[in-house]
Amino acid sequence: MEPVSFPPLSRVAICGGTHGNEMSGVYIVREMQKQKVDQKGSVSITTVLSNPRAVDACIRYTETDLNRCFTDALLSGPITDSTPYELRRARELNAQLGPKGSREAVDLLCDLHNTTANMGMCLILYSFDWISLHIYKYIQSKMTSPPVRAILFDIPSSEAYSLESVGKHGFTIEVGPQPHGVLRADIFNMAKEAMDLSIEWLQKFNSGSAFEGGEVEGYTLVRSVDYPRDPTTNDITAAIHPQLQDNDFKLLHKGDPVFQSFSGETVKHEGEDLYPLFVNECAYYEKKIAFHLTKKITVTLPSISVKAD
Amino acid sequence: MSSYGNSVRVTEARRVAIFGGTHGNEMSGVTLVNLWMKNSAEIQRKRVETKPFITNPKAVEKCTRYVDTDLNRAFTPENLSATGGDDLPYEVQRAQEINKIFGPKGSPEAYDVIFDLHNTTSNMGCTLILESSKDHFNLQMMNYIKKAIAPASCLVLLNEHPLLKYSTSRSVAKHPVGLEVGPQPQGVLRSNIFEAMRVILKHALDFIELFNEGMEFPPCTVQVFRVLERIDYPRDANRNIIAMVHPNLQDCDWEPLNPGDPMFQTFDGKTIRYQGTGTVYPTFINEAAYYEKQQAFTTTRREALVASAIRKV
Repeated sequence: MEPVSFPPLSRVAICGGTHGNEMSGVYIVREMQKQKVDQKGSVSITTVLSNPRAVDACIRYTETDLNRCFTDALLSGPITDSTPYELRRARELNAQLGPKGSREAVDLLCDLHNTTANMGMCLILYSFDWISLHIYKYIQSKMTSPPVRAILFDIPSSEAYSLESVGKHGFTIEVGPQPHGVLRADIFNMAKEAMDLSIEWLQKFNSGSAFEGGEVEGYTLVRSVDYPRDPTTNDITAAIHPQLQDNDFKLLHKGDPVFQSFSGETVKHEGEDLYPLFVNECAYYEKKIAFHLTKKITVTLPSISVKAD
Repeated sequence: MSSYGNSVRVTEARRVAIFGGTHGNEMSGVTLVNLWMKNSAEIQRKRVETKPFITNPKAVEKCTRYVDTDLNRAFTPENLSATGGDDLPYEVQRAQEINKIFGPKGSPEAYDVIFDLHNTTSNMGCTLILESSKDHFNLQMMNYIKKAIAPASCLVLLNEHPLLKYSTSRSVAKHPVGLEVGPQPQGVLRSNIFEAMRVILKHALDFIELFNEGMEFPPCTVQVFRVLERIDYPRDANRNIIAMVHPNLQDCDWEPLNPGDPMFQTFDGKTIRYQGTGTVYPTFINEAAYYEKQQAFTTTRREALVASAIRKV
């Protein structure tokens, strides 16, 4: 593969509290703002508490999920009195850190999240974003326990709905398990390390280091599975089976248990072998997702370096 | 005639309630009570009327701890006698309704036993919460449960502290029993936590049935952890926390914390150590709901309580 060069990446945004009860990002951003961190070598840093109202109330969102508000369609169009708070906030964030798709957008947007699922350290990014993929490769080489994994999306930018799509390059750092509303030191330290390594990569990149290409592995979404529900009340009638609980990324085979009903029956996985993730994420009950099912893919990266002037 | 020296006579426990959803996002209790309201076969016992009940339906509906104020702190004498009707906070109105149905608190008409089902984000395992060291009926029940689930563990937390004790939903009954099972995130239903709570209740109801049939329970000693002190996070002038529970303390509920042991870790990695005078046993370590109550963890000391023999009147 031909090496690729990019212009210097000098502007990065670190976002926390996109979901107001995911505490690692809230406290990382607060600390950086307290310490007035705005420059690290060649990289200028903007820190943002994405959803301040939700952060104050320690809830995921006030009216609608902020991290679903960033499609091109939702970022344009009229604002009325009935426009939800989070949609207005998305416009503000787009103006501050974007506009999405324009030359003025920040070079890299790093959004910090937590999950109640046992996913360890994950990056969520777009499979065509070579900068973010190289940062993932770099973090993976430096953080070995727990293993760093990547969840890869392949949607066009216009349809990308989450905050990191506002930057020219962007990814989510997703760390778990952590209950919402709780700040765990081990999880905080992991998220902070991943963020520090991302900035370190940018500094190395800007100073002329070349990063060798190669293959990286990631997980792409195949489908999602909802809880079994009562047809009249819509209440769930089973919990994630103990053998699936906490086993994100462990390959599910046909016949493996996935749910245990309250009356003791086991529901089994049907179909092809797939990797489950976001198993028992609190916020996904209302989205009718008990877990996602993914397959592993390999992406080949070119070597990259900064464009010489 | 009793087989044992000083057997305490206790009235038969004919009316028992099981409360779920006192905190609307603690899912084991919400799920169990909803299940049993549809089909109560599992909780039926001879000579007992067992009523499952959702205490805070609005909070359950929103999957939030509470709507206006914490229901599990709302059963104070002031609240229970407050006037104001619909102008009162939702949970105070609820407390008055619950007191009417299951109380009145402190009166002979009150329910005999209330089990209040809770979850915690702390790594407390199965915990029974006792409000009085002199409740021999409860002590005997807890002894029975502990023996029945062994080798699995079920610990007893005694909160009799004059300042830290609070007015719980279950305090309406003559014999209030708190069930606290964790760790479980708020809003999440974990199968192992759900089943553990179910098993504890099964044994609790078995005990009541045996007691009501006339079985005499001999004197016993129950190991408890008595609440000592509430420890808050270090905070700055704006009341924001400036350190996290230390990785060495996180998840170590019930393990000894000695003076000099790491307690908190600042955001830049410095260790803050426990400065107490002796060994304590921390619990409720890093409970999500307690950040607003200024509580990083609670300290306890170990104590052996002696329960008299009991028998029904």
